[in-house]
Amino acid sequence: MTTMTSRMPIAHALNLGLRHAMEADEKVMLIGEDIGQLGGVFRVTDGLQKTFGDHRVVDSPLGEAGIVGSAIGLAMAGYRPVCEIQFDGFVFPAMNQIITQLAKYRHRSEGAVTLPVVIRIPVGGGIGAIEHHSESPEAYFAHTAGLKVVSPSNPQDAYDMMKLAIRSNDPVIFLEPKRNYWLKGDVSTSTTTPSDLDRAVTVRKGTDLTLVTYGALVPVAMKAADVCQEEGRNIDVIDLRSLSPIDDKAVVASVQRTGRLVVAHEASRSVGLGAELAARVQDEAFYSLISPVIRVTGYDTPYPASRLEEEWLPGLDRILDGIDRSFTY
Amino acid sequence: MNDEPISLLNAGGSFTSSPELPFETDSTDVLALYNDMLMARTVDTEAIALQRQGELGLWPSMLGQEAAQIGAAHALLPRDIVFPTYREHGVAWCRGVDPVDLLGLFRGTTLGGWNPTENNFNLYTLVIGAQTLHAVGYAMGILRDGDVGTGDPDRDRAVLVFLGDGALSEGETNEAFVWAAAQHLPVVFFCQNNQWAISAPYSVQSRVSVAQRAQGYGFKGVRVDGNDVFACLAATREALAAARAGQGPTLIEALTYRRNPHTTSDDDGRYRTLAENDAWAALDPIDRLRTYLQSTGLLNDANVEDISRRGKALAEHLRSGCRALPVPGHASPFQNTYAELPDELERQMNEHLEFVEAAE
Ligand SMILES: Cc1ncc(C[n+]2csc(CCOP(=O)(O)OP(=O)(O)O)c2C)c(N)n1
Ligand SMILES: [Mg+2]
Repeated sequence: MTTMTSRMPIAHALNLGLRHAMEADEKVMLIGEDIGQLGGVFRVTDGLQKTFGDHRVVDSPLGEAGIVGSAIGLAMAGYRPVCEIQFDGFVFPAMNQIITQLAKYRHRSEGAVTLPVVIRIPVGGGIGAIEHHSESPEAYFAHTAGLKVVSPSNPQDAYDMMKLAIRSNDPVIFLEPKRNYWLKGDVSTSTTTPSDLDRAVTVRKGTDLTLVTYGALVPVAMKAADVCQEEGRNIDVIDLRSLSPIDDKAVVASVQRTGRLVVAHEASRSVGLGAELAARVQDEAFYSLISPVIRVTGYDTPYPASRLEEEWLPGLDRILDGIDRSFTY
Repeated sequence: MNDEPISLLNAGGSFTSSPELPFETDSTDVLALYNDMLMARTVDTEAIALQRQGELGLWPSMLGQEAAQIGAAHALLPRDIVFPTYREHGVAWCRGVDPVDLLGLFRGTTLGGWNPTENNFNLYTLVIGAQTLHAVGYAMGILRDGDVGTGDPDRDRAVLVFLGDGALSEGETNEAFVWAAAQHLPVVFFCQNNQWAISAPYSVQSRVSVAQRAQGYGFKGVRVDGNDVFACLAATREALAAARAGQGPTLIEALTYRRNPHTTSDDDGRYRTLAENDAWAALDPIDRLRTYLQSTGLLNDANVEDISRRGKALAEHLRSGCRALPVPGHASPFQNTYAELPDELERQMNEHLEFVEAAE
């Protein structure tokens, strides 16, 4: 495959990642609701059934337990299925298959059976959707041993991480921040240096405070860092990329330099990724901390009706407020 | 197995009785059926227009499904209870839910919209199939209350639950069928087979008809012409009567067609042809009832005028009511998350209120 670089939105980068993975390995196949002719409700699989046929791009009956359960069987038979769950709020009928079967089979078979299943889920809010279409379920998955959980924030990562997830011999929950599907960026299809699937990346260097986030909030965090820059504060921004395993070394190393940590996520606060990072950082960098770890998150409530989501979601202002609280502690 | 949908009012608008499904046209107020079908269409048409004007985020249209919904709803007694999907605007209308309240969920001002206990009409369920099990549980409750099979016409009640053809594939729906059959519950499953689940034609879900599936679970399946309001009413009446009398569940398949895209966000040109749609438009349920009413002389200038006036008033009510739907307060996401606000949530609520106040 020749290398090319072009500008495209995340949805197209995911599509290209799927396409290249399917070209490279004929065992890769896709299963999901409305992913064939329709190309998925977000068009991520657009055109793939046309190219690869309906044996490799399967329009499933309407059942998520069926999608994931049959993907497990396909994986046992040597395939590499990529499941699409239509919306975050509809993954729950598949939770039994994901948690009791998919996550545990390698362990139970003492390594004899690997289940290279990828489960793609559009996640998060910000699109003014009706209920069940704006969930942030990452902590459920990150809490489950045996699953990898990743979330790309930009087109290049979307492309690279899709290919890496499909190649992974562990099941991967692949969370796609839906409000940024049409966010554009350069994508190089170079296969020589794809970043690792489970590495965090420092997307902006700074010395005064560490701001950690992932997915949809990465561009917001970058904006927050811009605003801080004008006030003379240099923010180190880390895109976590992998939520399980967590690349805590990158976070700890940064906090050892800055002494301050703010974690931002859309998901509700309690028992979330922010809590986990706070625990690890106090464990590894206790004496470096100048102020307590601040969490800027969704609240511990159901996702609100869409007319309230803008104020409910941790946006630029709330992240800046969190940063202020850290500096003024 | 003869799988022809039972039809009483054919596409040409003439009534023929069927030995399979006894029905007398004078057993119901036909003009009321017609009125309600037109009002349901008005709600649908206005909601689509409101969505186009940016007043609603999304709207799932029920165009073409008026006979199925109004027929089924007219078989209900006030004390029966309904579990809808998200497309039962016509049933909601018949149950007395203010149609403006249907808009809130799609305008993003609420996650519900009405008090489900007021009209025995539950909240819309967006998660496919989930409501089928709630219906089963409710039916278990009715049974334990002793409100089934007493023979007292003022006491016996039943549950009517709606589902789509796609919903048949969910595991939960299948569990609901199993439970209803095993426990012989007073529940009627009303499936509007509109032949599409977003882009998936019915053949993606099943090789047999919806009605045929009931047999395997051990209860009765009935297949009716879903664009025939008499057949839908008659089948639901019979099934609800059986349920109330303690004779167990029924699965009704109303064979119809989703004439609009799945929702206003969908692009059905990607997966189906206009010709198919045209063929079903020619079978319009309202047109055929109108023809019937005209031929039987039940329609006259006065009631036509009356219905048209009511339609206009309803449209105006929707337009002004939609824009006047209140945006919930800043504290509302925190309220009713629990019976009593936990300390941590109260802290978060106060933090939030301070933050929005400072921003204002
Ligand atoms: C559990 C679940 N999975 C997926 C979806 C997404 N979805 C919404 S409607 C729909 C199709 C439903 O088809 P059907 O049951 O036939 O009802 P219809 O829309 O035709 O009324 C799908 C897949 C959902 N709402 N819930
Ligand atoms: Mg359908």
